[in-house]
Amino acid sequence: MSKNKSEYLINRHDNQYEVVIGLEVHAQVTSESKLFSTSATKFGGEPNTQVSLVDAAFPGMLPVINEYCVKQAIKTGIGLKAKINKRSVFDRKNYFYADLPQGYQISQFKDPIVGEGKVILDMPDGQKEVGIERLHLEQDAGKSIHDLDPKNTFVDLNRSGVALMEIVSKPDLRSPDEVNAYIKKLRSIMRYLGTCDGNMQEGSLRADVNVSVRKKGSKEFGTRCEIKNVNSIKFMQMAIEYEANRQVDLIEDGQTIDQETRLFDTKKNETRSMRSKEDAHDYRYFPDPDLLPLEVSDDFIENLKSEIPELPDEKKKRFIEKFKLSPYEANILVSDIETSNYFENVIKKSDVKLATNWIIGELFAALNEKNLEITESPISAGNLSKLINLIKDGTISGKIAKTVFEQMMEGDKDPQKIVEEKGLKQESDPKALEALIDKVIDDNRDKATEYKSGKVKLFGFFVGQVMKVSGGKANPQLVNEILMKKL
Amino acid sequence: MSDITKQSLSELVENIKGKKLSSSEVTKAFVERSEKSKELNAYITEDYANALNKAKKFDEKPNLNLKLPGIPMAVKDLFCTRDLRTTAGSKILNNFVPTYESTVTQNIWNEGAILMGKLNCDEFAMGSSNETSFFGNVQNPIDKNLVPGGSSGGSSSAVAAQLTPITIGTDTGGSIRQPASFTGTVGLKPTYGSCSRYGIVAFASSLDQAGPMAQNVKDCALLQEVISTYDEKDSTSIDFKRNEYSKELTKDIKGKKIGIPKEYRVDGMPKEIEDLWKKGIEYAKDCGAEIIDISLPHTNYALPTYYIVAPAEASSNLARYDGVKYGFRAEGENLIDMYEKTRSKGFGAEVQRRIMIGTYVLSSGYYDAYYLKAQKVRKLIKNDFDYAYKKVDAILTPSTPSSAFKIGEKTNDPVSMYLNDIFTVPVNLAGLPGISIPAGHDAKGYPLGLQIIGKAFDEQNILNIAYAMEEKINFKNNINDWWIK
Repeated sequence: MSKNKSEYLINRHDNQYEVVIGLEVHAQVTSESKLFSTSATKFGGEPNTQVSLVDAAFPGMLPVINEYCVKQAIKTGIGLKAKINKRSVFDRKNYFYADLPQGYQISQFKDPIVGEGKVILDMPDGQKEVGIERLHLEQDAGKSIHDLDPKNTFVDLNRSGVALMEIVSKPDLRSPDEVNAYIKKLRSIMRYLGTCDGNMQEGSLRADVNVSVRKKGSKEFGTRCEIKNVNSIKFMQMAIEYEANRQVDLIEDGQTIDQETRLFDTKKNETRSMRSKEDAHDYRYFPDPDLLPLEVSDDFIENLKSEIPELPDEKKKRFIEKFKLSPYEANILVSDIETSNYFENVIKKSDVKLATNWIIGELFAALNEKNLEITESPISAGNLSKLINLIKDGTISGKIAKTVFEQMMEGDKDPQKIVEEKGLKQESDPKALEALIDKVIDDNRDKATEYKSGKVKLFGFFVGQVMKVSGGKANPQLVNEILMKKL
Repeated sequence: MSDITKQSLSELVENIKGKKLSSSEVTKAFVERSEKSKELNAYITEDYANALNKAKKFDEKPNLNLKLPGIPMAVKDLFCTRDLRTTAGSKILNNFVPTYESTVTQNIWNEGAILMGKLNCDEFAMGSSNETSFFGNVQNPIDKNLVPGGSSGGSSSAVAAQLTPITIGTDTGGSIRQPASFTGTVGLKPTYGSCSRYGIVAFASSLDQAGPMAQNVKDCALLQEVISTYDEKDSTSIDFKRNEYSKELTKDIKGKKIGIPKEYRVDGMPKEIEDLWKKGIEYAKDCGAEIIDISLPHTNYALPTYYIVAPAEASSNLARYDGVKYGFRAEGENLIDMYEKTRSKGFGAEVQRRIMIGTYVLSSGYYDAYYLKAQKVRKLIKNDFDYAYKKVDAILTPSTPSSAFKIGEKTNDPVSMYLNDIFTVPVNLAGLPGISIPAGHDAKGYPLGLQIIGKAFDEQNILNIAYAMEEKINFKNNINDWWIK
């Protein structure tokens, strides 16, 4: 292993290999209608119910660009701190497949709508910048369904023509962990912007992964393989790990790596050759003559800039500076827009430190256990801030608060009411506590004597007894003080 | 009236508006003549019964404010027509019935016209003689053995033979003007972006343009006025101020500057064509126009450029005919086999040739040498015209390098066939309007046409010049109805 703990290297014999990864992420644009037609894009519709004549490529049908999708792509470009190209061109990528009705995909080849940008990753040993090569708009294909019938393939064109952003990174990633951080960050930025919902289960976010290896210290890139269409971060990581090791084994064995396209078999956890470079498609890209070059004005871009919300990096900076959060805490809280919104709603009326701990600790654990998103949290931000205020003003102890919290998780109940109904209010009346403590000492005369003769460890026993008798409601600080005096 | 079909569109409109003729009478006359003219093979699909019904309905509640009140019309089978088979002259769309209507035809029906049927054309508009049609060649009413030109050969034949008072064609490299020239009729290729391409089966998207074909310039102007509209469904449609071409039509072209491009005097051009051109220049002078010699230096490169750009776009546009969704499908062992069999059996030889040329010029390693270079040359050709139009208002050239040739004469010689478009192709590459008007006959008595090329969006000007010259030329077509027994 190297000195740098987080460095991801593959060791074979005396050689250390570095893994070089670049991603082509396909992100579905959040939009009511498709890139070049007015059909709906809703996920999960009955097959072939969201298909227009344009999507099904009927004779004489023509594409008309959806301005909203263009705006979404530009916004994403702004979020990636990228150059927005005022002139971009739609090209045809020609190939035959049953779920590609036109016989070509409308994409952007030479002149994409967004140029170079960057994404900042927060890794355990510091920040890392990953370069963005480009972002372009393109149409999705339909879906071929091979497993419904032994002989026939079924085609569902609902997805045909849906707008995708292909976001191509530079080969700057060096480990599965960085890939994880990169995808999450990209997803987070797009969700902040509302340009892609990032839902990997529904296929809104998928990636082609380019992997190569090289001896540590080498400046030359190795021959890369492209792993097509991986639809979860976990699979991406598994595929990279498998593929990198496969390539290292080949090199160590004195063999060369063929540049090829591979598929990741999620069941066997291995990558398999799909087609070699020689068999690679000649897509015969050329500018789509049905569409004029896309030109946007400075004003158009400036207007979109004014619509950009505070993004995770800026928000994190603000959280650290304004709320004195640690970078770790800030990272977690800004990771998605819903969490940060929740957090900011809670701290509107309650203590920041307590809120941070409760959200990152109790709330996340509870949500995780129930497999819920923050947006589905049974506890509203308002009620969580009430609970925190009850702790802060001493009405209940932290321990009681956990009980109240559990009840709140069963439904969005007002913590104040729970405390009142269940009589959980903390006992902070010194007289009442004295009476309680006197009784405990009285009932445990022998232990009190032992304590007084020097067995100070028994203090804890008395605290425990008092708490037990009070049903956990006794104010622990006062109990300590009074016990100290009485014993 | 026994001579209904001899009337021009303008006369028919006037007579229907003046209630001297009903739509039913007119429609019946053209249907009957069409039925007697099957030998010409101008129609692919006839819709006579529906046409007569629509005419009857029109007469019950005639709206005489429309521009084409109850006028029957057959259209080129490249326009998608709702509920009526649209084949593009191809086997691969032999059974295709659209559920939608092209913008251009919709505009026509909106003005009261009635669809009689779909006219023959070269397969996917690829051809100059109508011989590549899956539905057989079309005969030129001028002479049994002559091609009617192409690709809008069914349209030119039908107008010349008076099977329809007027029609529309499409022009990618000359497909309206050349057949008009071959049949002694008038054909206008409008500015690219003037007529919507929505619902027209695509051949080469950056060149395709629909346009009117008529017996005279005035009819042509009227139909152009109807079909040219801005259409949001076509991203290449252009929103410019469109004239009421027929109303603004004038024979006063005094002082108009007309350019004569020296590069159009091509090697081996028949003397008849040279003479026709000279005659045309005299006519233009007689009309008060000023003749100016100009140069369009890249003219020579237009044809090779066209035969790269058009097939490239076509190879991609025709990829959708794959047997999966609609149209003809040949069964195959698997998907690839099905594709190969469908497309081998579904497309004719000329279409396959152009798909192969197009695929080749777009291939990696060849793209820069062919497609990219062709695009650059295309720009130079356009620049030639831009430069010329600083000095002149319009350009006069022959429409074709010869009169109509014989059926079968060029079918085995594609290059000689392609050469037919030599005068028309530059106009498409530059996106300009061009009109062909009949201007004389060759020694065999076959019609010859002159082409007037205008500035972009200046259809009115070339229509005016054509209108003025038409009167001086006073052309008469020699058609003796040989096909009617």
